Amino acid sequence: MAYLDHAATTPMLPEAIAAVTEQLARTGNASSLHASGRRARRVVEESRETLAQALGARPSEVVLTGGGTEADNLAVKGLFWARRAADPRRVRILAGSVEHHAVLDPVAWLVRHEGAVVDWLPVDAYGRVRLEAVAEALERDPDDVALVTVMWANNEVGTLQPVTEITELAHAHRVPVHSDAVQAFGQVPLDFAHSGLDAMTVTSHKIGGPLGIGALVLARGVTPEPLLHGGGQERDIRSGTFDAPAAAGFAAAARVVTAERARRAERLTRLRDRLVDGVHKAVPEAVLNGHPSDRLPGNAHFSFPGCEGDALLMLLDAAGVECSTGSACSAGIAQPSHVLLAMGADEAHARSSLRFTLGHTSTDADVDELVAAIRPAVDRARRAGLARMGSGA
Amino acid sequence: MRVLAAVSGGVDSAVAAARLVDAGHDVTCVHLALSRTPESSRTGARGCCTLEDARDARRAADVLGTPFYVWDLAERFHDEVVSDFVTEYAAGRTPNPCLRCNERIKFAAVLDRALALGFDAVATGHYARIVSAPGGPQLHRAVDEAKDQSYVLGVLTPEQLAHAIFPLGDTPKPEVRLEAERRGLTVARKPDSHDVCFIPDGDTSGFLRRRLGAADGEIRDHDGTLLGHHDGAYAFTVGQRRGLRVTSDGRPRYVLSISPVTRTVTVGPRADLAVGALHGVAARWFAPPGPALECTAQVRAHGEQVPAAARPVTDGVVVSLSRPLYGVAPGQAVVLYAGSRVLGSATIARTVAW
Repeated sequence: MAYLDHAATTPMLPEAIAAVTEQLARTGNASSLHASGRRARRVVEESRETLAQALGARPSEVVLTGGGTEADNLAVKGLFWARRAADPRRVRILAGSVEHHAVLDPVAWLVRHEGAVVDWLPVDAYGRVRLEAVAEALERDPDDVALVTVMWANNEVGTLQPVTEITELAHAHRVPVHSDAVQAFGQVPLDFAHSGLDAMTVTSHKIGGPLGIGALVLARGVTPEPLLHGGGQERDIRSGTFDAPAAAGFAAAARVVTAERARRAERLTRLRDRLVDGVHKAVPEAVLNGHPSDRLPGNAHFSFPGCEGDALLMLLDAAGVECSTGSACSAGIAQPSHVLLAMGADEAHARSSLRFTLGHTSTDADVDELVAAIRPAVDRARRAGLARMGSGA
Repeated sequence: MRVLAAVSGGVDSAVAAARLVDAGHDVTCVHLALSRTPESSRTGARGCCTLEDARDARRAADVLGTPFYVWDLAERFHDEVVSDFVTEYAAGRTPNPCLRCNERIKFAAVLDRALALGFDAVATGHYARIVSAPGGPQLHRAVDEAKDQSYVLGVLTPEQLAHAIFPLGDTPKPEVRLEAERRGLTVARKPDSHDVCFIPDGDTSGFLRRRLGAADGEIRDHDGTLLGHHDGAYAFTVGQRRGLRVTSDGRPRYVLSISPVTRTVTVGPRADLAVGALHGVAARWFAPPGPALECTAQVRAHGEQVPAAARPVTDGVVVSLSRPLYGVAPGQAVVLYAGSRVLGSATIARTVAW
């Protein structure tokens, strides 16, 4: 079996399993004042320090959350509310058109329920946000912009975004910028301080830590309205009992991926390039989506003309190759990818795509399995696509 | 065999799939998403294709240990079944959407795609039997006559039938529920779905009114007397008695016919509903018919079975009934049987009074 869906989630690192397991056996609420509480608090704060170091941030800037989706919601909604409260003119959000749904949907919610106005920032054919569009949207009326949100690397096609340049543009108008760096963490260098960002989302399970914990890195002085009110943990920005085992696991994983990042990226790039070559040799008509080089090392995203992605996925699954159509699902129903549509693809091209993502357990054998299985799967899926169209009214 | 089991999230299709797994087939479960705007959960026993149903279907596949996928056929279902339903009513006919779904979705779009993807057959939880015979597979009524669904499968072609599997045809429904319990399928006690799946509130005339708008017309007695007015002819079905709101001589009135052009609904006494012969078009035969066929005819799901003689004609079939059927509407299917075996079917175009 070949697991080529590391961008969905990647196997937990042994170091993270050990760290979580060790803490699970211990008692103590990190907010308690007694010795057990102090011990738990120390685990949380040391984990925060490790994460901060891995992310180029200060420990006080790391706000632990229940995952990436929560961190994105906190950034988008919380910054919108806070910025509008300070100046009621600020109702406009500039958001990348290829964002993950954890950003898209909070923005859409603010439009529906809070009177927000959104400018969806267009992308080029590689899925990269156009800087001139960001500049134009900002300059139109800098005073009514609540925030800018553009992801660090796209979760579907893997394209890296010009986050630092966007931040410079926005800061010229004193507009805060958030970036969802969930896919980037562990794959490309992340330096929060150097990026100039005001807020950045990361999550644990994409780097080999446990599920259910993530973080929003918030620059000092940036204070979103909280989503969760309660005990006042995490600088009063995110209430909820400190999760010492999850924090320890997240930190352990962060330590490993940061120490080994360069070596791993090199290995993943080599494997990925082998995968891309192999698929192109087997299926010359396959189209690699996203930027050819300026992309996540573990990501390969193709369209297979004449096929439907969900048919291909099923056939590859039956052949023991696990991948993803990379698009949003509602009750498992595949929608054409909004990312590919934003990149200018037509619906058929968007529906014909598959995402293969490599990670720390990937091997040459995994790539070989895919390369052996892809041609027959494409041939069969194409016949199924024709059958479907042929019997149409 | 590689079998694609269509799982709705109900008890029948789950047990059907389980039996195929037990029989050693390589089973893949597929849930058909047919609604463009699925409700999150069912309202009572009505409707289907909610997100809850999709979840139940997935849970059944989990228990069986089979792969599970959702196929989005909402556009196709809308075009081929829902639109057809509305158009047929607008034309004064009475369609059967379940039959249309079997004909154009489950055993057409789904079957074609399954075969192209390398499956050998499509299995469903329908109550009907397939009996292999020298001349090819035969479609028969289910052992549980109360649940028999051979009528809504009567439109299949022999080619479609050759790739269909109905694992429940030989089992009474109560046993299927017990079997589901025994197998640990959580849907064992889920109520049966009724009514038209895409009209979850059961209000067919309201559904049609929203799509067709008001289309008022006259209600006339069979002798031409004007009895009243209505605001949409599609709210009526031939044979309907309730909801007519007409005053006459105190005798019950039934809808005799609906004219879509003049939008006149003609009513009359029950005796005038009696039909003695049917002209069916778009006939399909499981076996080549002879010049005259002794058979029984059925014109609605779970409807009465009437001895009849069928005579194939160039554009279909003429069915002469040995005793009258009441409330037969154009658009309904007539399915012809020899004993329990389905011989063929046709769409009723005209009826002849008894």
